[in-house]
Parts: sequence; structure tokens; C-alpha cells
Amino acid sequence: MILEVDGLNAFYGEQQALFGIGFGIDEGKIITLLGANGAGKTTVLRALCGMVRTSGDIRFDGKAIAGWPTENVVRLGVAHVPEGRGTFVRLTVEENLQLGAMIRRGRAAIAADIDRVYDHFPRLRERRRQQAGLLSGGEQQMLAVGRALMLLPRLLLLDEPSFGLAPLIVEELFRILREVNRDIGVAMLIVEQNAALALELAEHAYILETGRIVLDGTAAEIAADEGVRRAYLGY
Amino acid sequence: MQLFLQQVLAGLANGAIYAGMALAVVMIYLAIDHLNFAQGEMATFSTFIAWQFIAWGFPYWIAFAAVVAVSFVGGIAIERVLFKPLHNADILANLVAFIALFSILNSADGYIWDYTIKTFPTPFGTKPLFGSVLIDSHEAGMIVVIGVLLGLLYLFFSGTRLGLAMRAAAQNPASARLVGIRIGWMTALGWGIAAAIGAVSGMLIAPIVFLDPNMMFGVLLWGFAGAVLGGLSSPGGAVLGGFAVGIIETLVGTFVPYVGRDLKLTLALLVIVAVLMVRPTGIFGRTTVSRV
Repeated sequence: MILEVDGLNAFYGEQQALFGIGFGIDEGKIITLLGANGAGKTTVLRALCGMVRTSGDIRFDGKAIAGWPTENVVRLGVAHVPEGRGTFVRLTVEENLQLGAMIRRGRAAIAADIDRVYDHFPRLRERRRQQAGLLSGGEQQMLAVGRALMLLPRLLLLDEPSFGLAPLIVEELFRILREVNRDIGVAMLIVEQNAALALELAEHAYILETGRIVLDGTAAEIAADEGVRRAYLGY
Repeated sequence: MQLFLQQVLAGLANGAIYAGMALAVVMIYLAIDHLNFAQGEMATFSTFIAWQFIAWGFPYWIAFAAVVAVSFVGGIAIERVLFKPLHNADILANLVAFIALFSILNSADGYIWDYTIKTFPTPFGTKPLFGSVLIDSHEAGMIVVIGVLLGLLYLFFSGTRLGLAMRAAAQNPASARLVGIRIGWMTALGWGIAAAIGAVSGMLIAPIVFLDPNMMFGVLLWGFAGAVLGGLSSPGGAVLGGFAVGIIETLVGTFVPYVGRDLKLTLALLVIVAVLMVRPTGIFGRTTVSRV
């Protein structure tokens, strides 16, 4: 397993936000974390990257990383596309991509990978010299995914990639995520409110409610269970 | 007309120094969101070290290079020891730390090198440049040295990965950490570079204003004025602002009756207040452009 989480609690100040979360991701697989607004989905991603105070066990590739500073977790190969996309708005598109590869060595390989990101997202190539803050929401989301891929991650954490995007753009984005997963075998943890879409992409799904995992199963099972869909996923 | 040109060029020379101080202040401001009130005292301390090296007999440019290096390391050390622990502290705690740094360095100058005013050598001489009455060779040297320094800094920030990482860390620390940048060290590096810029500025202005522990007080005030005029969030703006206030200072001092030498510093404060009232972001300071 690339990631194993066990008994994970997370806190914002005195307020506990996660209660004994446990799940795992196999090498190269995609899982999704579903649940309503405020269920704690984003907090799970932040906890994995040391962005909130936690207790409990997080193992990446067998290493205990709970409590590590964010940049050290990232340096192991965990790329996080955060809520709000985290664009460096005053830098150019290309500079944003270069920053994604900041921890890597080798100029030629980085240039080749920037080119590969442009192949996945041709619209970014057209706008490579533009200030990233001037891109549309969809383009910024693609830039955020591209930036994360520049790390050559082993695990990609995606926080609501569909948020605020037009349906066609969302479809394109998810198609590309599937391609990327197939081509480079990067494992993904996708947090989504758009459950139908996420369940199509993921193999396994966990449902979160008020900071606890209340249900898990294969994506197919969850998608097929009308009661679960009505109760938790709202469709 | 000749007097006017003379004053503009003299203003450019002083402005080069103000531009250096303005840039140093802005670099730290972008990294930690606080104004470094001790920037001038750091520069003065560096200049005293240079004076000491030269008094020991080292050639000027050796002393110059050594002091730039020492100041760079010293700036990093100040951040690591004094300001890193205050990273999450409120603004007043930081303010007190800046005041402490100011008085420690100011008193250390006086304690080690006493308060008598010292002359400081210039490697450029003070003869008229190529026999011209418009500018003397030291003023020209100031402009050239600061110009080269600014050019190198521009190349560093626009053309190197480390420079890009520093810009990213200043703009969006949370995202910078998510791409693996150690933002604490980027802040420390910013302090190092700011201290080095200050050292160069101090060594260049010292032959004109003479060296004593309070040498940089007025200079830093003009640096602040330049930074505020150009925009605290814009390094390029701060540099242009520094040159602008240098020219404003000499022209107003020369041509406006009553201002003369005595009221010049009042003018610096006037510039600061006026800019803050009319356009608080400064001329080139920006409010973030973004679409969601």
C-alpha cells in the first residue's frame, strides 16, 4: 500500500474535526472520499500533508509521516491540489509549472515534463506566458493539476477538482485524470461533492459524515446502492 | 540649466542609495509583512565593519566584498535567531523586536567604534567626471555600483530557480509549501540579501554623509519614502520610487526657498503621508488580479 491511515484524528485549535479515520490506497489506484459540505473531506487531505494538528497513524510507503512539516511530506512524492487551487496568480503559467518541479533536479527532464503537461492541457500551452491569475477557473484547475504532476508524485491528492467548473470542463478534466492515472500509474485520492463523477473514476469509495467514516465499499457497490445515494450523496 | 542638471544627477546618485534601501525594506516586507525599522542600523553596522577592515589595511574592494558576504550571513543569522521565533507573533511583538535590533546595533556601533564622526574612503575619487562640472566621479560610481547590483538581483529573481522559489514563497506561502519549498529558508535568504544590499548602500553613502552610528537614519527615511511611493508590494516600484525621491530631495532642497538642508527630512515624511493619503498601495503596488 502506498498510503495507510489508521485512527486519524485532526484538530482546529481545540475543535476536533476528524475522529478515528482509517483507510488505505494501493499503489496506482484511485479512491474517492465523499460526503456533504463540512463532513471533513478537506481536513483529511490537510491532515495527510501536515497542515493541521493530528494524532493517529499515517504511513506513506511504509514511513510514518504523521506530524511531518508539509514540505517534507511533499518531498516524498505527495502532490496536493488544494481547495481553491493554490495558483501563484502573479506568476506566469509556465513559472507555475516550474514551481511544481522545484524539488527535482535535471533541467532537460523538467522541460520535457512541462511539454507533457502541455500535451495533456493544450490550452495551457497557448497561455504559457500569461499571468496565471488571468486564466479562467477551468484553466486554473488544469494548471493546478499540471503543477502537481510536475512533482512526478506517487500520490496525488485532489480537493474538489470539479468545484465551480462548467460540466463540459469537468468531464474533460476527469478524462485527463484517468489518462494520467493509466499512463504514469500515480495513485489518487479524490475528494468530491460531485459523487456520480468521482464514483466513475475511483475504484473504492469512503463516505464521511461529521468527521467519521460511516461507510465504504467499491465504487460500483456504492453507486448501485440507492439508499446510500439518497442518504449521503444526494442524487 | 546647468545647476538643474547638476542637481538632477546628484539626486540620481542619492536616489540610487535610497533605491537600495527601499528594495531592502521591500524584500523583507514581502517575506514577513513587517517593515524593518532596523534596516538602516544593519547597514551602518556593516559600514563600520568595512571601515575597520580598511583601517586594518585591506584594499577597498577586498573589504567591500568581505563586508557584503559578512552582511549576507549576518542577515540570515538575525532572521534565524530573532525573527523566526516571532513568525506567528502579532505585529507589536515584531515591532518591539525591530526596535530592539535597532538599539542593539546602534549602541554596538558606538561601543565598538565610538561616536566620533569618521571619514570613509571612496575608490572612485571625488574629481569631476571627465572634467565635467555636472557630476563627480564618486556620484557616478554610486550610480554604476547600485545599477550593477540591481541588474544582478533582477537576473537572480527572474532567471534562477531559487529566485523563482523566493518569489513564490513571498506571494503564496501555503502553495509554496505544497510544492516542497522550505519557506522559512526563503525568508532567511531574503533577510540575507536585504542586509547585503544595505551594506552596499551604506558603504557608498558613507563618503558623502560621513560615518557615525546615526548615519543611516535620514537615508532609511528616504528609503521608506521611496518604497511607499513606488509601492511596498513592488520591488521594481520601490527602486524607481527611491530614485524619484532622491531627485525630489535635491531639487526641492535647491530650488524651494526655506527648505534648504534643514527641512529635507520633513519632506521625506511629507512624501510618505501624501502617498498614503492619495494612493496607499503606491504607484506600482498592486491589488491582486485574479479571476475565479
